[in-house]
Amino acid sequence: MASPANLAADPAQRPPMDFNTRGMRFHFASRKAINLLVSGLAMLATALVLVPLAAILIYLCYKGASSLNLNFFIKMPASPGEPGGGMANSITGSAVVLGLASLLGIPVGIAAGVYLAEFGRGKLLGNAVRFTADVLNGVPSIVIGISMYALIVKPQLHFSAFAGGVALAVMMVPTITRTTEEMLSTVPHAIREAALGLGVPKWRTTMSVALRTASPGIITGCMLAFARVAGETAPLLFTALGNEFWSLNLNQPIDALPLRIYKYANSPYDEWHRVAWAGSLVLIAMIMVSVTLVRIFAGRGTLKGGN
Amino acid sequence: MTVNNAVTPSSEIAQRTVTNFVAAAGPPVAPGPDTPAPSPIREFLSKRGSGKLADNTFAGAMVVCALSIFAIVICIATILVLRSHLSIVKFGWAFFKGQNWDPVSGDFGALPFIFGTLATSLLALVMAVPLALGVAVFLTELCPNFLRGPISFLTELLAAIPSVVYGLWAVFVLVPLVQDPIGPFLVKYLGWTGFFEGANFGVGLLTASIILAIMILPIISSLTRDMMLAVPNHQREAVLALGATRWEMIRIGVLRNARIGIVGAVILGLGRALGETMAVAMTIGNHAVISKSLFAPGNTLASAIANEFSEATDDLYLSALIEIGLALFLVTIVVNAIARLLVWAVTRGAPARVA
Repeated sequence: MASPANLAADPAQRPPMDFNTRGMRFHFASRKAINLLVSGLAMLATALVLVPLAAILIYLCYKGASSLNLNFFIKMPASPGEPGGGMANSITGSAVVLGLASLLGIPVGIAAGVYLAEFGRGKLLGNAVRFTADVLNGVPSIVIGISMYALIVKPQLHFSAFAGGVALAVMMVPTITRTTEEMLSTVPHAIREAALGLGVPKWRTTMSVALRTASPGIITGCMLAFARVAGETAPLLFTALGNEFWSLNLNQPIDALPLRIYKYANSPYDEWHRVAWAGSLVLIAMIMVSVTLVRIFAGRGTLKGGN
Repeated sequence: MTVNNAVTPSSEIAQRTVTNFVAAAGPPVAPGPDTPAPSPIREFLSKRGSGKLADNTFAGAMVVCALSIFAIVICIATILVLRSHLSIVKFGWAFFKGQNWDPVSGDFGALPFIFGTLATSLLALVMAVPLALGVAVFLTELCPNFLRGPISFLTELLAAIPSVVYGLWAVFVLVPLVQDPIGPFLVKYLGWTGFFEGANFGVGLLTASIILAIMILPIISSLTRDMMLAVPNHQREAVLALGATRWEMIRIGVLRNARIGIVGAVILGLGRALGETMAVAMTIGNHAVISKSLFAPGNTLASAIANEFSEATDDLYLSALIEIGLALFLVTIVVNAIARLLVWAVTRGAPARVA
C-alpha cells in the first residue's frame, strides 16, 4: 500500500475526493442556504423601498386628483376658512422665477461644460473646475438661499423675484455643466476631425458639430436641472419670499408653487391642506414628465461607438 | 537610414509649406515690403469668422463661464463670512459648544443643532444603507432583465420628488403612523434602550430620520449600483469558476472590489442628509434641545435656518443663523469632496452616465 506522502506526490494515483461525507454535505447545504437567504433579503429590501414610493404616489394622486379643478389654475389664493381658491399667482410666479433661472443658468452651465469637454481635458484648471462643480452640486439648497439673501436681498433691502431666480440659477449651473461635459465626451473625435479637416475653425466645429451632435442629451440634461430646481423651496424662502397677490415684477416678492405648498402644509386649515395636495400633484406631474422624457431621449440621438 | 533620408526632405517641405501658409495669413508677421499680400482664401475665411481672433474669443468666453463656477463658490463663502462676522466675533468657537439658543437674551450656541443634524443623519444612514445595498445587489446581480428598467426608473423617480412634497406626505401620513403603530411598537420592544422615552407627538428626531432615510435611499442605491456595474465581469466569472455560489460571487467578486466606491456613495448620501431642509423642518418639531429620546422634538442646522429665519429681526440673531449656514457650507464641502474623491477613484475611465 502506498503511504500518504506517495499519494501526494503523484496526483494521478490519488483517489477521488469524497464529497459525500456528513461535513461536506452540511457545508454545501449551508452555503446554498446563505445564498438563498441573502437573495431573499435583497428582494425584500427592493420591495421595502418600492412601498413608500408607491404609497406616496398613490396617496398623492388620490388626494391631489380629488381637489384638483380648473379653479386651482385660475383662482387666486383664498383667505383662511373660505372655500375654493387656487394657486394662479403661484404658478405664474414659479414660471417667472424658473424662466429667469434658466436664462441665467443654462448658458453659463453649457459654456462651462463646453470648456471642460473641449478645452480643459487633462488640464489642471479643467480638473479643478470639474471638482468645484461637483462640490457646488452638493452644497445644500438652504445655504445657497441664505447666501443669496445676504448677497442680494440684504443690500437691496427688499425681497425679490430676481434674487430667487439667481439662487435657482446657481443650483442649475453645476448639474448642466456636468451633463454637457458627459454628453460632449460621447461625440466621436472623428466627427470633429472631419470638420477641422475641411478648414472649419475650432469654435465653429464646437458649436455646429460637437454641440449639435450632443444636443439631445444636453437638452434633456437642462430639463433635468430645471425639474430639480422646480421643486426647490429652501432657496426661495429668503429670496422670493412668497406673495399673496398677483405680481410679475422682478423687483418685488413673488409667489412660487413649492413656497405655497410649504405655507399651506404648515397651516391649520383643511381647505388649505386640500389645495396643497393639488399643488403637489401638479409639481410632481411636471417633474415626472420631464424625468420620463429624459429617460426616453437620453441615449437616443447621441452617437454610439464614441471614444 | 535610407528610409529616414527618403522621408525627411518631404516632411520638411510639408512643414515649410505650412509655415509659409500661416505666415502669409497670420498676424504675428510684421507687414513689410517683402511680405506677400494675404491670400484671397485667407481673407474669405476671416470674413466668415475663421481665424485666431474668433477662436481665442470663443475659448476665452468658455473659460470665463468655467471660472464663474469658482466665482460662485468663493462668493458664497465670502458673503457668509462677512454677514456672520457679528456672531463670529462675539461668540468665537464657543458658538459651536454652547447649548443655549436664546434669541431673547441674545445668547446663541449651536450645539443642539449640531446634535440634531448628526443624530438624524446617522440614524437615516443606519436605516437607508442596508436597504440601498440590498436594492443595488438585487438590481445588478439578481434581477430578471425585464424588471431592471422599471425598478431603476422608479427609484430615480423617488429621487426626483421635491423635498417639500415629502414633507407634506410626512406631515399627514408619516406623523400619524409614528404616533400610532410605530411609536408604541418601538417602546414595547426597544424601550429598554432608553432611546424611546417621553411623550410621542409624532414629530421629532425619529420621524425626521425616517423621512431622511426615504430621501437618501435612491441616491445611495443608484450610486452603489453604478459602482457595482463598474466591476469587470471577469472578476465575477473567476469567482464563479472556482465553484462559488451566487452570494459568494457577489461578496468576494463584486462587493469587495467596489467597497471604496460604495463608501463614497454612502458619504455622498450623508452629505445630502446633512443639508436636507424642508422635509426635516416640517417634521422635526423645531425645538433647540439635546435629548436622548428619539421621540423628542429637535432641530438640525438646516431646519433651524428655515424655521427661525422669519423671526430673526435683530442683527445678532441673523448673523448667528448665517454662521450656522457657513458651518453647514464648510461641512458639506468637506464631506462631498471626500466622497467625490472616493467615487472618482473607482469609476475613473468608466463610461459616462446619463441622468
